[in-house]
Amino acid sequence: MSQRSRVLPGFGLSLGFTLAYLSLIVLIPLSAVFIKSLGIGWDGLWEILSSERILKSLQLSFSAALIAALVNVVFGLLLAWCLVRYSFPGKRIIDALVDLPFALPTAVAGIALTSLYAPTGWIGQYLEPIGIKVAYTPIGITLALIFIGLPFVVRTVQPVLSDMETELEEAASALGANRFQIITKIILPILFPALLTGFALAFARGVGEYGSVIFIAGNQPYETEIAPLMIISRLEEYDYAGATTIAVVMLLISFAILFLINLLQAWASRRTGRTAP
Amino acid sequence: MSLTTNSNALAEKLQSRDATREPAWVRNLLITIALIFFLSCLILPLILVFVEAFKQGVAVYFQALINPDTLSAVKLTLLTAAIAVPLNVVFGVAAAWSVAKFNFRGKSILTTIIDIPFSVSPVIAGMMLVLIFGTQGWMGSWLMDHDIKVLYAVPAIVLATIFITVPFVARELIPLMEAQGTEEEEAAIVLGASGWQTFCKVTLPNIKWGLIYGVILCNARAMGEFGAVSVVSGHIRGETNTLPLHVEILYNEYTFSAAFAVSSLLALLAIVTLILKTWVEIRQEKQNKRNEESQVS
Repeated sequence: MSQRSRVLPGFGLSLGFTLAYLSLIVLIPLSAVFIKSLGIGWDGLWEILSSERILKSLQLSFSAALIAALVNVVFGLLLAWCLVRYSFPGKRIIDALVDLPFALPTAVAGIALTSLYAPTGWIGQYLEPIGIKVAYTPIGITLALIFIGLPFVVRTVQPVLSDMETELEEAASALGANRFQIITKIILPILFPALLTGFALAFARGVGEYGSVIFIAGNQPYETEIAPLMIISRLEEYDYAGATTIAVVMLLISFAILFLINLLQAWASRRTGRTAP
Repeated sequence: MSLTTNSNALAEKLQSRDATREPAWVRNLLITIALIFFLSCLILPLILVFVEAFKQGVAVYFQALINPDTLSAVKLTLLTAAIAVPLNVVFGVAAAWSVAKFNFRGKSILTTIIDIPFSVSPVIAGMMLVLIFGTQGWMGSWLMDHDIKVLYAVPAIVLATIFITVPFVARELIPLMEAQGTEEEEAAIVLGASGWQTFCKVTLPNIKWGLIYGVILCNARAMGEFGAVSVVSGHIRGETNTLPLHVEILYNEYTFSAAFAVSSLLALLAIVTLILKTWVEIRQEKQNKRNEESQVS
């Protein structure tokens, strides 16, 4: 224990309160999920997981979240780049509105996106004739997840980009590199850890997202049912074991992917000598 | 002599190649793509909410808002936020005080646990409460015996909201208080201030803007949470419906104008949140600048 902790008061009180609060609100409820899943047993687990409908929903949730997070990496980087490097009218307002998906309740985002991309909607009416169906298809689900995940990428990349010294680019240019080389060899490697963090956050949010997706999904069994919806329908049937199994599988896969991303992150920061925000 | 010619040549080379910036047409193309994406994905949905809300006229709009079910949803949403936000503020300050001002083992585990609610699906958050308080749950039969209603009633809605919004204030304060160090507080203690005085007169003014920022974000999420609350609310009209749940019911009943009218309230909340957030960011920047200046002088 360092000396400063003896000067300042309130360590025991604040830490004690923090631990008690976290236990009551987070840890005990979360452990209920895992304890419940232990009671199901391997056979029960297999039986539930071999249901094609549940497998399909897990597949859909993870693949839609993955594609949405990748799209967000591309457009989030583009948006952060424009906001940091260029000046254009309305920049300050757009910068503030990037956080809209954080501030707008997901149910509102859900019904608004559905109305927008439905066959009769403002955008949907132009997509329908050329054969693109967005609402009530996996494309719509992905679109909602793109909406939800965008600020994660922009807000992790933006600070790194604005802290980046242009001297590096000038030096590279003086040494004969062209713009394409500078972007691929200097700028992107520096941004890589931040992009990875943004990707991980957007992905984690997307896998579990419910409110914004549920309206645009259409919820057709085997086709547009997301995993969180399967949990809810199991709970409504009082099938707690089924709901818990889906939840545990979701949690475990998410944690495993986040762990992998952390490893990749550590490798990337060792390579570039930078840490992610 | 040769050095200046060299550097002149270099400068010319730099200018002609201009490899530190994109050509104007690339720049304009990138900005255009970014803006089109931004408009179609983020701005259009926001505009659509208000257009749809007023589609059948102002009278229908206000009728949807003064409907008793809507009013009770407004009340429940305000009540939930009024309980969840202050609790998470107290937690956030306590957690940040212990994590940022003291060294102890397991600190990184503690900060990881604080972040858990961000990576758990809201639906799973709601499910946890069903497993504990439901009729087949851990406390289900005890609660039934004592005639206490938690699930499908206000307590579960509040608990689910608290879980979802746990990290907001703490996450904002921990890096801020870590960056500020402990010297000012130590000076106050050495000069004879009590712990409480030190916190109120030294720490609080320093973290004021960060705290307000956390409260704004926490409140927006608390009022707008859908998934977790949806699992535990039971959807009883006029009783256990929050505003977002009321939007869902109206939408599923095909009363779109009413659904969007109620949505417009929540969209307004989002806009106010963003304005306050930007304002706080500007104030924070100013405070940082002032601190830097005072340190220099």
